[in-house]
Amino acid sequence: MAGTRISPLVVAAVAAAALVAVPVITVAAHLFLPGDGAWSHIASTVLPDYVRNSLLLVIGTGVGVLLLGVPGAWLVATCEFPGRRLFEWALVLPLAVPAYVIAYVYTDFLQVAGPVQTGLRELTGWSARDYWFPPIRSLGGAIAMLSLVLYPYVYLLSRAAFIQQSRSLLEASRSLGCTPWQSFRRVALPMARPALVAGTMLALMETLADFGTVSYFGIPVFTTGIYRAWFSLGDGVAAAKLSAMLLAFVLILLTAERWNRGAMRFHQRGDGDNSRTHVLTGWRAVGATTTCALPFVFGFALPALLLLLMAVDAGDSAFGPRYLTLVGNTLLLAGITALAAAVIALLIAYGNRLSQTPTMRIAHRVAGLGYAIPGSIIAVGVLIPLTALDGALADWLTAQFGRPPGLILTGGLIGLVYAYLARFLVMPLNAFDAGLARITPSMDAASRSLGETAVGTLRRVHVPMLKGSLLTGVLLVFVEVMKELPATMILRPFDFDTLAVQAHNLAADERLSEAATAALAIVAAGLAPVLLLSRQIGRRPAASAAPRGRVRLSSP
Amino acid sequence: MQRKSVVTALAVIAATVTVLIAPLSPAPAAEEPVLNLYSSRHYQTDESLYEDFTKATGIEIRRIEGKGDELMRRILAEGGNSPADVFITVDAGNLWRAEQAGLFAPVESALLEERIPSNLRHPDGLWFGFSTRARMIFYDPRRIDAGALERYADLADSRWRGEVCIRSSGNIYNLSLLGALIAHDGVGQAETWASGVVANFARQPQGGDTDQLRAVAAGECGIALANSYYFARLMNSADEADQAVVARLGWVFPDQGGQGTHVNISGAGVLETAPHPEAARRFLEYLASDRAQTLFALGNNEYPAAAAPIENPALQTMGPFEMDSLNVSRFGEHQAEAQQVFDRAGWR
Repeated sequence: MAGTRISPLVVAAVAAAALVAVPVITVAAHLFLPGDGAWSHIASTVLPDYVRNSLLLVIGTGVGVLLLGVPGAWLVATCEFPGRRLFEWALVLPLAVPAYVIAYVYTDFLQVAGPVQTGLRELTGWSARDYWFPPIRSLGGAIAMLSLVLYPYVYLLSRAAFIQQSRSLLEASRSLGCTPWQSFRRVALPMARPALVAGTMLALMETLADFGTVSYFGIPVFTTGIYRAWFSLGDGVAAAKLSAMLLAFVLILLTAERWNRGAMRFHQRGDGDNSRTHVLTGWRAVGATTTCALPFVFGFALPALLLLLMAVDAGDSAFGPRYLTLVGNTLLLAGITALAAAVIALLIAYGNRLSQTPTMRIAHRVAGLGYAIPGSIIAVGVLIPLTALDGALADWLTAQFGRPPGLILTGGLIGLVYAYLARFLVMPLNAFDAGLARITPSMDAASRSLGETAVGTLRRVHVPMLKGSLLTGVLLVFVEVMKELPATMILRPFDFDTLAVQAHNLAADERLSEAATAALAIVAAGLAPVLLLSRQIGRRPAASAAPRGRVRLSSP
Repeated sequence: MQRKSVVTALAVIAATVTVLIAPLSPAPAAEEPVLNLYSSRHYQTDESLYEDFTKATGIEIRRIEGKGDELMRRILAEGGNSPADVFITVDAGNLWRAEQAGLFAPVESALLEERIPSNLRHPDGLWFGFSTRARMIFYDPRRIDAGALERYADLADSRWRGEVCIRSSGNIYNLSLLGALIAHDGVGQAETWASGVVANFARQPQGGDTDQLRAVAAGECGIALANSYYFARLMNSADEADQAVVARLGWVFPDQGGQGTHVNISGAGVLETAPHPEAARRFLEYLASDRAQTLFALGNNEYPAAAAPIENPALQTMGPFEMDSLNVSRFGEHQAEAQQVFDRAGWR
C-alpha cells in the first residue's frame, strides 16, 4: 500500500487535515502582518504575568487532577469498599459540568457576601475585616475549579489502565514481599504511566485553552491576554504572537511527554480476572470511601445542589417552551459535530496509517493543534477565511442568478461546526489512532492477501474492531460541544441560542441565580453521554472481543 | 478495482458531509421585510419591544446577541456582505470604537434629533443613545456619615484609606468614567485621582458591580462605585437577601451642583453596509418613541434617554438627578489614554 502510487484516500486525508487546520494557520499567519504596536506595550507590561500565571495554572491543575483522579481510579479498580459501585460512575460526573459554571457557583457560595462567610460572621460575631478567608477569585481558586471538573479525564484513563493490568503481575509483586501500597507504587503506577500522562495532558490542554474561568476570576493568563489583544486592543498580530507562544507551550508539554516516555513500551494483556484483590474493612474502608467521595461531592454533588437551589429559588423567568428550543439547538450542534468529527478523524487516522510520508504525518499533527487554542480565537480564525469565501461565493452567485444569496457559510451553522471541528478533532483522532494501533499490520496483510481492497479492509476488518474507539471519540466531542461557549457566542446564526449561551448571558449580566436554570440544564443534558463514556472507557477486556475505546494522547 | 472502491469511499464521505451540512445553511434571502439586529443587550423585555415593532410595522426582527467587541469583529469580517442592519451596544466607548472602525452610516432624522438630547448622540447622527445609566457612589451609613462623599474626587481623599471597593480597570465603565475625568480636568489630574483611589482600595479590584455593592453590605468595604441599574435591580428584587443589601447601603449621585453625575448610554447605529437601511431608520425612530423608551429602559432598570415617563419604582425612589452634559462620545476619544493612566496608577 505504500507503493509508488499515492492512494486517493491519503490525498483526501491530507486535504481534510489541512482544511481542519486552516483556522489555526490563519491565526498563526497574523505573525507576518505589520502590527498596531500593541505588542511592545504588552511585552513590557503584562507578558511576564501571562507567562508566570499560565505556568502556575498548568502546574497546579496538573497536580490537582492527578491527586483527585488517580487514588479514586485505583480504589475503584482494585479494591472492594462501601460505595465502590456508586463511585465507579459517580466520579465521572464532574465532566458534565463546564468549568465556568462551577466557577460561578463557588464564587457565589464562597465570596464575602456568600452564605458561607455570612454564616461564619453570624456565628462568630466577626466583621468582614476581622478574619482571613481564602479568596475564591484567585489563581488558587482557578486551579481548584479546573481540577475539580477536569480530573475525570485522568480518572477515566487511569481506571481503564488499572483494570487492564495483569492481575498476576500484581500478585507476583505481592508474593515477592510487596505491601499493597508498595505494589501500587512500584508496579501498578509505573505501568499505568501512559494513561496518567494522557489524561493529564487532556486536562492541561483544556486548562491552557480555558477562558471562562480565568476571565471570571480576572487572572491574567495567555487566553485572557489573547482575547484582550484581539478584541479590546484590536491588534490581531499581538494576538497571534501570544497564540504562537501558547502553542509553543503546548508543544513543549507534548515533547516533554514523549521524552519522558522515551523508548519505553507498555505491553500488557489483561487476564480478565474480575476479582478484586483487596477487600477493605474498618478505617481502611472509611478512608477509601472518603477518598472517592471528596472529588465527587465538590466536583459535582455540591455545585449541582447549589444550582438546583438557585434555580428553584429564583431561576430563569424565561423557563418554558424556549428551553426546549435551547436544548434542541444544543443537542443538534453536538450531534452534527460529533458525527462530522468521527468521519473526518477516521479519514485522517486511516490515511496516516496507510501512508508514512512526512506530509501525511505533519498534516495529521497539525489537524489536532486547535485543541489548545481558545474558542474565541478559533472563531476569528474561522471568520476570516470563511467570510472571504462567502464574499467570493456571493459575487459569483449574484453574477449567475442576479440576486445576492446572503452569507451561505457563516450565516448558517457551517462556520460554527467548522470551528468546533478545528478545536476538538484531536479527541476522536487520538481515540482512533489508539484503536488503529491495536490492529496489527498482519491483520491488514491477511485481509489484503485474501483479496480485500484497502477500503474493504477498512469496512470489514477495521471498523468492526474500532467500534469502541469510535464511540469514545464521538462522545468526547459531543460533551465538549455541549459545554462550549466562546466560539458559539461569536459564530452562531440569527435567532439561534444554546443552553451555554443562555447561561452566559444571564451570568455576564450579574444575574447568577437566573443563570442557574440553564447551567443546570447543561449539566443534566451532559449526564447521559458522560455516563456512556465512562462505561465505554471502563469496559473490561474480557467483556467483549472488540478492542476497548481507549484515548491515548500521543502527539497531535 | 481498488481505485474504484476508493472513489466510492470518497463519494460516501462527501455525501455524508453534504447531508450533515445541507440543513445547516441559512434559508435563502427572504423577500419579506426583515431587520437584522446585532445586539449586545440581552434582556427578556427587549423581546416584547421587538414584537411590538413587528406588530406596528410588519418588519420581522432577526437577532444575534453577543459581546460588543465580538459582534464588531464579526461585522468587520463579514465586510460588504454583512447582513447586519443595526448594531446595538452598551457604553459610549463601544459605539465610539465602532464609529472609528467606519461601521456606521449617518442617519438623518428630525424625529431622533428632537427626541434624543444632543449630548447623548453622535453630532453627525452616526449613533444615538436610547437609555442612560449613572455611575454612582454607594456607602455604608454605619461607617460613613451622609454628606461626607459628594464628588468623584472624594473617592481619592486620604480620609478613606482601605475603604474603596471597585472593579478592575479593564472594565469599560471605569474606562469611560476616567475618560470623562480626562476630558474635564486633563490627564495629570486624572492620574492623581486614579492613584489616590488605588491608595484607598479595601481589596484588589475583582468581580462585577453587584459584587461591590454586596461587599459594602457585608462590611468588607465602606465605599463602592457601581452603575445605577445594578442597585435598582436589587431594589426591585423580591429576594430577601437583596433587600437586606439595599437596606444597608446609602447612595449618592456624585457632583450634583457641579459638573453633574457621569452617565453612560445604551445606543445604536445603522451600519454602512445595512441591506435594509430604511427599516433600520424606522427601528431607531421607533426606539425613540415613548412606549419603546419606557420598555427599553425598563429592561435593564435604566433611564430613558428621551423625556419619556419612568415606570420603575426603584428609579422613582432614587429620584431625579443632574447629569454631566459632556457629550458621551468624548469618553471614547480618551479611552486608550484612560487605560494607560490606570496601568500607571497600578489599578489592576
